Amino acid sequence: MTIESLPAGEAGTVGASVLDVEELTVTFTRRGEQPTRAVDGVSFSVGPGETVGLVGESGCGKSVTSLAVMGLLPSRGVQVGGSVRLDGRELLGAGDRALRRLRGADMAMVFQDPLSSLNPTVPIGTQVTEVLLEHRDMSRKEAGDEATRLLDRVGIPDPSRRLKEYPHQLSGGMRQRALIAMALACAPRLLIADEPTTALDVTIQAQILELLRELVVDSGTALVMITHDLGVVAGLCDRVHVMYSGRIIESADRHELFAQPRHPYTGGLLASVPRLDAARGAPLHPIRGSARDAIPWAEGCAFAPRCDNAQDDCLTEVAGSTVPLEYDGPGRELRCRHPLQHPRSPAGATASGAAR
Amino acid sequence: MTAVPSADSTAADSTAADPLLRVEGLQVHFPIKRGVIVDRTVGHVRAVDGVDLSIARGSTYGLVGESGCGKSTLGRAVLRLVEPTAGRVVFDGTDVASLQGEPLRTMRRRMQMVFQDPLGSLDPRQNVESLLSEPLRAHGLGGGKRGIAERIRTLLDAVGLPSAALRRYPHEFSGGQRQRIGIARAIALEPDLLIADEPVSALDVSVQAQVVNLLEELQERLGLTYLVIAHDLAVVRHISDVVGVMYLGSLVEQAPSDVLYSEPLHPYSRALMSAVPVPDPVVEESRERILLAGDLPSPANPPSGCRFHTRCPWRQETRCDDEVPVLRELGTGHLVSCHWAEEIRDGVLRPRSAEEVAATQGVSVRPTGAADPESDALVQGVDEPIEWR
Ligand SMILES: Nc1ncnc2c1ncn2[C@@H]1O[C@H](COP(=O)(O)OP(=O)(O)OP(=O)(O)O)[C@@H](O)[C@H]1O
Ligand SMILES: Nc1ncnc2c1ncn2[C@@H]1O[C@H](COP(=O)(O)OP(=O)(O)O)[C@@H](O)[C@H]1O
Ligand code: SF4
Ligand code: SF4
Ligand SMILES: [Mg+2]
Ligand SMILES: [Mg+2]
Repeated sequence: MTIESLPAGEAGTVGASVLDVEELTVTFTRRGEQPTRAVDGVSFSVGPGETVGLVGESGCGKSVTSLAVMGLLPSRGVQVGGSVRLDGRELLGAGDRALRRLRGADMAMVFQDPLSSLNPTVPIGTQVTEVLLEHRDMSRKEAGDEATRLLDRVGIPDPSRRLKEYPHQLSGGMRQRALIAMALACAPRLLIADEPTTALDVTIQAQILELLRELVVDSGTALVMITHDLGVVAGLCDRVHVMYSGRIIESADRHELFAQPRHPYTGGLLASVPRLDAARGAPLHPIRGSARDAIPWAEGCAFAPRCDNAQDDCLTEVAGSTVPLEYDGPGRELRCRHPLQHPRSPAGATASGAAR
Repeated sequence: MTAVPSADSTAADSTAADPLLRVEGLQVHFPIKRGVIVDRTVGHVRAVDGVDLSIARGSTYGLVGESGCGKSTLGRAVLRLVEPTAGRVVFDGTDVASLQGEPLRTMRRRMQMVFQDPLGSLDPRQNVESLLSEPLRAHGLGGGKRGIAERIRTLLDAVGLPSAALRRYPHEFSGGQRQRIGIARAIALEPDLLIADEPVSALDVSVQAQVVNLLEELQERLGLTYLVIAHDLAVVRHISDVVGVMYLGSLVEQAPSDVLYSEPLHPYSRALMSAVPVPDPVVEESRERILLAGDLPSPANPPSGCRFHTRCPWRQETRCDDEVPVLRELGTGHLVSCHWAEEIRDGVLRPRSAEEVAATQGVSVRPTGAADPESDALVQGVDEPIEWR
């Protein structure tokens, strides 16, 4: 494996990061139940104008990570550890007031279900205007004009009329646009999008992804894209972190990740999805079992029960230590003792679907 | 069960003359009711509005289209879970509408359904043994206690579940395992046709492939015929022999599944294909995307002429707005309903950008008839599996 021959990652060329997450842990404690660690030592950073993807199956901790970053987890029954810095400023432990000011102004979030994050009894226009009035020094008139401009920017036709409408009067795609308009209202430094297109049709999804792409290019917003869709990742993200059972198991630039997945889980995901452009009849190679089969990281690699490469030393008992996330060549990190091997390929050539 | 051609033969060459299922001019219109004291019908949602299709024995027909375009309603109408407003459903040579009593029951046994989220369709208080034996008992099949126990074991085996699963309850299983139980239940009665509505869309990526492979394996072993309804084009293309694309209650294109991807002819299918993300950055960067303006119009008030004309990048000054296109055969088994399909295929006509389309269509690109919030609620379909209705 000649990792040296691969192009260097882009991470090094980006200046100071907007978001730095270090060793983030989130533990839920419910009375009468074992505490569950939903996020377990997650670290990543995002630079201005960069799009970072968090991918993994449902329940692997993507949403909890984003809620922890935004300070949106309930304070009871939840312990958050580690560090989350926005432009160098520590957010964990910051007061509710300070966080509320930052949310909307410097960081914003778009959720999977736009209906639940919009107030059903208030017209869209008023909701966007409120954000502007709260975070920016504007008169009501100015805020109204700015709201119209924002709706127009996210591609809502006839915006001045739309401003008066209620969320239920908009289609799913329009609602998601309205939510993005609200997120953009204060030109945030950081935008976290948690499965923003999962509930939408593909043609609408294409519109929303295009919008997010433009936003990152035009305003240098740092974007964290959370999704389970590898196609979305392939088209949008610069860097990708694959999560499994609360931990990052592989990090790489998207080209390298897709061309040469090293973690058996990443490789398994790529081999599981049918591709629209693949030869028909190409068989799918599923990963056996399900995410429920994970073992606790303390006992060994959580993926071991489903892994074809697993050996005795993947278990802590045998190896004497848990599997660490380690340097795996420039711009890559990997948490695996017996990774997938790839034949040497000429620089620049991409072995599409190498793991199939 | 009847002898069946191999699953990979296409609809064109296999028993096209004697399909297992034929749908002719099917329409399902739902009345929109309004009024406080007396319900008045103020209009109709044309959920399915004139669909013709036929499914060859042992083959898989995939139905794709955006949320609310009528896919599930079509599936329900085939099973007579909703009464069609017009048209015929002919199953194995018999008009389904003519059936009553015992023959209707038999026909229902021969057509089974697999749902999106099996948790919603499996009774949480029944364990797997009782879930699987219930349909057998209800139809007096399986041959007594011993026979039923034997059949259940074979079923579990067929869908890859351990026999220890028998004593367990639905909530004790993962999503993929529950889908296996749903499939076992559906094939318990040895049906000929399986209608699967979004069978894998609620499942994790790594588990989807397991269920897809299982469906393919069962088809081969049992000679099943499938109607698969899904919004994920890559999945549909993978498992289908023939794919039909629906838009606002009608079929706009139908083709053998690899032809549909390599040469989509209808502007809507082209946009749909180009919008599906491919898990490969190299492909993603070089792909040309056809972005559509606006959202799906309301099926309560569909556009005149070609229903796609409000969003179509190829729309022409003549015919598109006022003349309804019919499905025409342009290649073997390749049907398209577009007045300009040949010119579009040959590159004589060029598409316009989404912005241009929006500009020329003005207010009519407005999404889903928001001027009328009540009917609007009907069309804001997020993927609702049909068992919730
Ligand atoms: N019982 C009903 N009463 C009134 N309208 C209905 C009813 N069932 C469906 N509809 C409407 O018919 C249209 C087609 O619905 P259908 O469920 O068939 O769409 P679909 O293509 O399956 O969508 P999805 O991808 O969201 O499942 C929609 O506008 C829907 O709101
Ligand atoms: N409020 C909560 N209380 C207890 N457990 C939770 C809570 N929210 C999430 N979890 C658990 O944390 C894990 C990660 O969840 P989540 O981040 O939502 O996953 P996803 O990757 O699908 O977004 C899951 O096991 C989930 O059940
Ligand atoms: S550490 Fe071992 S069990 Fe885990 S992914 Fe790597 S090979 Fe498989
Ligand atoms: S008939 Fe006209 S509007 Fe309809 S799809 Fe063809 S070109 Fe577009
Ligand atoms: Mg989530
Ligand atoms: Mg449906």
